[in-house]
Amino acid sequence: MTFYDIIFYLFAAITLISALFVVSTRNIVYSAFYLLFTFFGVAGIYVLLGADFIAVVQIMVYVGGILILLLFGVMLTNKITNVEIRTGTVQLLPAAIGIGIFMGAVVAVMIWTEWKLEPAQIPLTTTKDIGHLLITDYVLIFELLGILLLIALIGAASIARRDQE
Amino acid sequence: MNIWEIIIISLIKILIIVVMLLLTVAYSVYFERKISAWVQNRVGPNRVGWLGLLQPFADVFKLLFKEDIIPTAANKPLHTLAPFIALFVAFSTYAVIPLGPPVELFGYKINLVVADVNIGILYVLALTSLGVYGITFAGWSSGSKYSLLGGIRSSAQMISYEVSMGFSIAGVLLMSQSLSPVKIVEAQHGWMWNAILQPIGFITFVVSAFAETNRLPFDLPEAEPELVGGYHTEYSSFKFAGFFLAEYANMAIASALIVTLYLGGWQVPYIEKLGLSYTLTTIIQIASMFLKIGALLFFFIWVRWSIPRFRYDQLMSLGWKVMFPLALVNIIWVAALIMIFNL
Repeated sequence: MTFYDIIFYLFAAITLISALFVVSTRNIVYSAFYLLFTFFGVAGIYVLLGADFIAVVQIMVYVGGILILLLFGVMLTNKITNVEIRTGTVQLLPAAIGIGIFMGAVVAVMIWTEWKLEPAQIPLTTTKDIGHLLITDYVLIFELLGILLLIALIGAASIARRDQE
Repeated sequence: MNIWEIIIISLIKILIIVVMLLLTVAYSVYFERKISAWVQNRVGPNRVGWLGLLQPFADVFKLLFKEDIIPTAANKPLHTLAPFIALFVAFSTYAVIPLGPPVELFGYKINLVVADVNIGILYVLALTSLGVYGITFAGWSSGSKYSLLGGIRSSAQMISYEVSMGFSIAGVLLMSQSLSPVKIVEAQHGWMWNAILQPIGFITFVVSAFAETNRLPFDLPEAEPELVGGYHTEYSSFKFAGFFLAEYANMAIASALIVTLYLGGWQVPYIEKLGLSYTLTTIIQIASMFLKIGALLFFFIWVRWSIPRFRYDQLMSLGWKVMFPLALVNIIWVAALIMIFNL
């Protein structure tokens, strides 16, 4: 077991255990809190894979943006309505079947895919290459994503405005 | 260097930086009180030690011996955790800021930065976005409406100003063509400081830094007349000290970031022309870094005691309608500079 293996299993454990807590805890604020560690664990694994840019963006976007939004929603509605928002278990059997099929598919993919193996090494920076690819080969997709996000932004603003009247 | 040497050298660097940061924080609290006293024509703390120089230590020990109160309505685990998140974020940001040029010490070539990572600036941005958590959790877990309102105000403010902060940094990145703080400092040789080349970006970044650190004139999260103490209303003893420490550490980091990004970091213009010895040059460069940080800390305090607080809607419209467009203008300006002068 090398140094990299130990770090990998550490991050994997953080991700899996916190993800388990996210779904099992009954207080929804705690769920959001554990999700923080899940995102961190995934970011750590990205770093190990040599994707430094993706790792930091993972933290900036998911932890710094999306999770904060989620927490805001929970905290504000929790206090205003005075109703405890809790997670519960419903429809146990269909859920078990659905997850079983999904799990089977994932495991099958894991077993039958021919994984490309490379020895672990200290990663080189990827930012420059990502930047070049984004504005050369993938420029159309990049621009389309920008327009999509703009539409979402305008939509959100217009919904918020209409409510005020 | 084998891995153990790297680990030991990094640990020594971390220790030095933590001690320095703690001392900076202690004395910026002292100078905050002294400067406010000078501004208001008072004497300020002068009882503990010579000129009151031991005042920060007296304050810390006083806070340590106070009773630690957790309100009944509070959510205990998160209430305890919040100050630790705030402190963690404040201290770990410092890892990527270069304090001086690489030096040779005991046969090792040492970079005066804990972690010279290629994506250093993104790391700083990621950590500042984490800072929101300490405040949000503190506000929510206290179980008090003042705390909650303070926490929400603060997070909304930090998220809003992060946008213009990020866009101001984009100008710097364009100029230095790198995300690494070490390279950004090296790109600002001679008179080519980013503050001179892109004054608009400099202004938007400084204003956003004030908003990010929740300092006056943007200290709405703890506006005393409306919100008692804001998100740390329900904190006492050492946990309160944690938030206090984090606030001043954030100020020191904001200053260090401004110096690194816009004021040439540890560089002194044209010092190599003087023909001084290598050791002396290095010492002057490191000293200049600390001098610049100190000057900016003074600026932070000076502004606090000179300018009145903004109203919340003024703060938001300033952030979104003035600072954000200005940051965009700055990007176009920098791009034009690079196109025309091939910088």
